[in-house]
Amino acid sequence: MADAWKSLTALGHDTARTVTVGPYRITERDDVALASVALRRGQDQAFAAAAAKAGVPLPPPLQSASGTPYGAFWVTPDMWFVTAPFASHEDIVAHLKPVFGAAASITEQTDAWVCFDLSGPALTAWMERLCNVDLAVVPDGYATRTMMDHLGVYLLKQGADAVRLFGPRSSAQSLLHALEVAAASLA
Amino acid sequence: MIIPHPILGPRDAQEFVYLGDASLIDRPDGMTAGIEVFHDYLYNRDNPAGLHRELWYHEQGDRSWLVVTRDTVTHEIVSAELARDVARARGRSK
Repeated sequence: MADAWKSLTALGHDTARTVTVGPYRITERDDVALASVALRRGQDQAFAAAAAKAGVPLPPPLQSASGTPYGAFWVTPDMWFVTAPFASHEDIVAHLKPVFGAAASITEQTDAWVCFDLSGPALTAWMERLCNVDLAVVPDGYATRTMMDHLGVYLLKQGADAVRLFGPRSSAQSLLHALEVAAASLA
Repeated sequence: MIIPHPILGPRDAQEFVYLGDASLIDRPDGMTAGIEVFHDYLYNRDNPAGLHRELWYHEQGDRSWLVVTRDTVTHEIVSAELARDVARARGRSK
């Protein structure tokens, strides 16, 4: 029976899908592990030292940072979301706990979010139909929480033509629909 | 309305949830302060035409609580501080 159990992606398929609307591409990413890492009060020095030693970046507000294996983006004062490759860090908390010890509170987030990578010729126009972020103005590496179609999402600008979104996993289809509708108005 | 978030810069009020008077931070000790003081804290609010300190929650942002000083006549926002800093300055939070 064991081989009858298969994990599904956020969109409910065996493998991650890419949806294209004209020149716009929405790629579901199921290869990203995610955890929240929050600094415990009074542990600033031990926290920073542990992060530096393990190569976990701690970007300032409104920024993300990438690295190998760990990337991170700022979410709130003294808290970051840390990413890592799912293949090597499926249980990301088990990797991070020994790094930070008692200096941080760490929570598994991988299965709470759906990750979409977006690309297309007019990302600014696409995003301004969906949220408050002015993609033309913000720098590469920008990261913020914002709202799309009443859903709270994290938006990471990874380049002039690349955006990554983390949205609520249980609303993955709804978020995809919103992205498709906005893209269709441009395509 | 645009709220000048102390960390994230100007943010649309659409991203925030309003709670009410910032005097909510100064909760009296219900066991020692007496029933009148606690009743006053719980039910009575000033309704000023002018500057008003109030709590806003950045739900669709960094999820921090802010103390926003707003002019209730003009809606001009004079200042916005992290409620955490305000509470700690008053000895409310350890």
